[in-house]
Amino acid sequence: MNKRFSSLAALGLLLFCSRTWAELVVEITKGQADAIPIAIVPFTPPDAAPGAFDVAQLVSDDLARSGRFRTTDRKDMIEQPHTGAAISFDDWRRLNNDYIVVGQVQPLAPDRFNITFEIYNILNRQRLLSYQISANQPGLRLASHQVADMVFEKILGIRGAFATRIAYISVLGSLPHRSYRLIVADSDGENPHVVMQSNEPLMSPAWSPDGQNLAYVSFEDRLPSVYVQLLKTGERHRVSARAGVNQAPAWSPDGKKLALTLSTRDGNLDVYVLDLATQALTRITDDPGIDTEPQWSKDGQSLYFTSDRAGGPQIYRIGIQSGDKPRRLTFQGSYNARPRLSPDESQLAFVTQEDGGYRIATMDLRGHGEVQVLTKGHFDVSPSYAPNGAEIIYASRDRGRGVLALVSADGRVQERLVSSEGELQEPAWGPF
Amino acid sequence: MKRILSIAMLMAGVALLCGCPKKHNVIEPPAAGSQVSGSNTGEGASTSGRALEGDANAQGNGMGGANATGPLAHRIIYFDFDKSEIKPEFAELITAHARNLTSHPNLKVKLEGNTDERGTREYNIGLGERRAQAVRRALMLQGVAESQLLTVSFGAERPAVEGDDEAAWAQNRRVELVYLP
Repeated sequence: MNKRFSSLAALGLLLFCSRTWAELVVEITKGQADAIPIAIVPFTPPDAAPGAFDVAQLVSDDLARSGRFRTTDRKDMIEQPHTGAAISFDDWRRLNNDYIVVGQVQPLAPDRFNITFEIYNILNRQRLLSYQISANQPGLRLASHQVADMVFEKILGIRGAFATRIAYISVLGSLPHRSYRLIVADSDGENPHVVMQSNEPLMSPAWSPDGQNLAYVSFEDRLPSVYVQLLKTGERHRVSARAGVNQAPAWSPDGKKLALTLSTRDGNLDVYVLDLATQALTRITDDPGIDTEPQWSKDGQSLYFTSDRAGGPQIYRIGIQSGDKPRRLTFQGSYNARPRLSPDESQLAFVTQEDGGYRIATMDLRGHGEVQVLTKGHFDVSPSYAPNGAEIIYASRDRGRGVLALVSADGRVQERLVSSEGELQEPAWGPF
Repeated sequence: MKRILSIAMLMAGVALLCGCPKKHNVIEPPAAGSQVSGSNTGEGASTSGRALEGDANAQGNGMGGANATGPLAHRIIYFDFDKSEIKPEFAELITAHARNLTSHPNLKVKLEGNTDERGTREYNIGLGERRAQAVRRALMLQGVAESQLLTVSFGAERPAVEGDDEAAWAQNRRVELVYLP
């Protein structure tokens, strides 16, 4: 984990040493009424070195941000124990807390820390977990997200996704002098690093399944090309620069192939599969309409995609074996596009048109194909699932500005990530 | 307008000096019912009467003696929402460029398709390509050789103007004809 951090930091230093970045601020716009009350007691004793990293605060912020927890304010804490033995359960219970997390951060060496923590159920005084993580100074942030992940999982039974990353496009400047940046940040928007920068559009970032590479579209030659870039070193390869359209890369689950959209000479867009090792290209769809925005099924045997073969854009599924006929999945409404599959394949998230606005919707893939529209904006596009499937990040508009927003997969919790500069677009949530 | 022109001339000068390719068009807001002329580096320069023949970076290169007020000065075709049909008011523009291209077979044009911001980004790439192809077909129907034409779609990624209302969208749903050096 520290390795990943230091290499990311090194990349940032190498490429963009003089840049400082405005961080994203999170606003919860719609919380969950039955959020679980929890107290995250400060891990560091009051006599600790000033400026020490506040692990408990970050854990508390993560849990509050999920909308599923209501965290106790520090000034309302009657005591600040660091071990389970020191907790006065009756007092915490009287303050209506269901759970409490206590812990410590101990320096082991000049740049080495040990985080120990315990999770207790206040009602029955039972310890749910006792755990220890060690980290260096730059690794403390990631370690804190991992603590939050464990609390989340222990209490809700869902794997936490706080210690993951997101990629997105940030557009700066006003016309005609725009600059486009591909950025990778922590899931809370902190720690942003520029992966690629261009005066021409960058589009459609896609994580490789192992989280090591990003595929994306760059117009840096005033023509579209698909690139694959290794995040650790910044080394990148142009994998598709064919005549016409080169768009919408999507990694196969084994990371060996890319589905992408290419065009024939007369501009007919179809979905293809490119084998990255052999460069072998297989055509998957063959229709005079626009076929694009492919997304793989988990077994790597079929692709979900957008097609306007029936008039307006709708979502289809096709097996990658030759001769398979695509099957249409969406029938409600005149515009359904850009499918994204939930990690457990129980749901499909996509963009739908409703009341003149573009919104994020989900379709139940296990039952009767029930559609639920999750958002209320006019320009909500580019949905991407968290790797635990609990949340969907998407691009939205807030007072004329492009922002990133999150909605829980059931639509109950909504929040916004607001950046102080730039138009934010096309978030892609990385793997665990 | 004067300022736009002088900026255009300045940009033309810079482009000539450093030999770098033209980056962006300077676009003047269209009057109601009229089409926007993509005034760019070469055009700004030719308006001032400078001969640009033979300069690889100039848009006026090989324009068959056309001046900036002629039909060739208009290089943007606008589209209705979700449509790729060329509207009758652009027939004259297409014909003028088709004549220019057929009489100068060494000329090449890039057709840049664009959409407004609504909808998904990758699907919009498809719509932009469809618009660029509509212009390509119209030019080929008038005798332009296939080898003279190149299409590219920027989808919603390179709007001509900012804004999220119909006035802005109408200016962004377009195909720009860019003469290549």
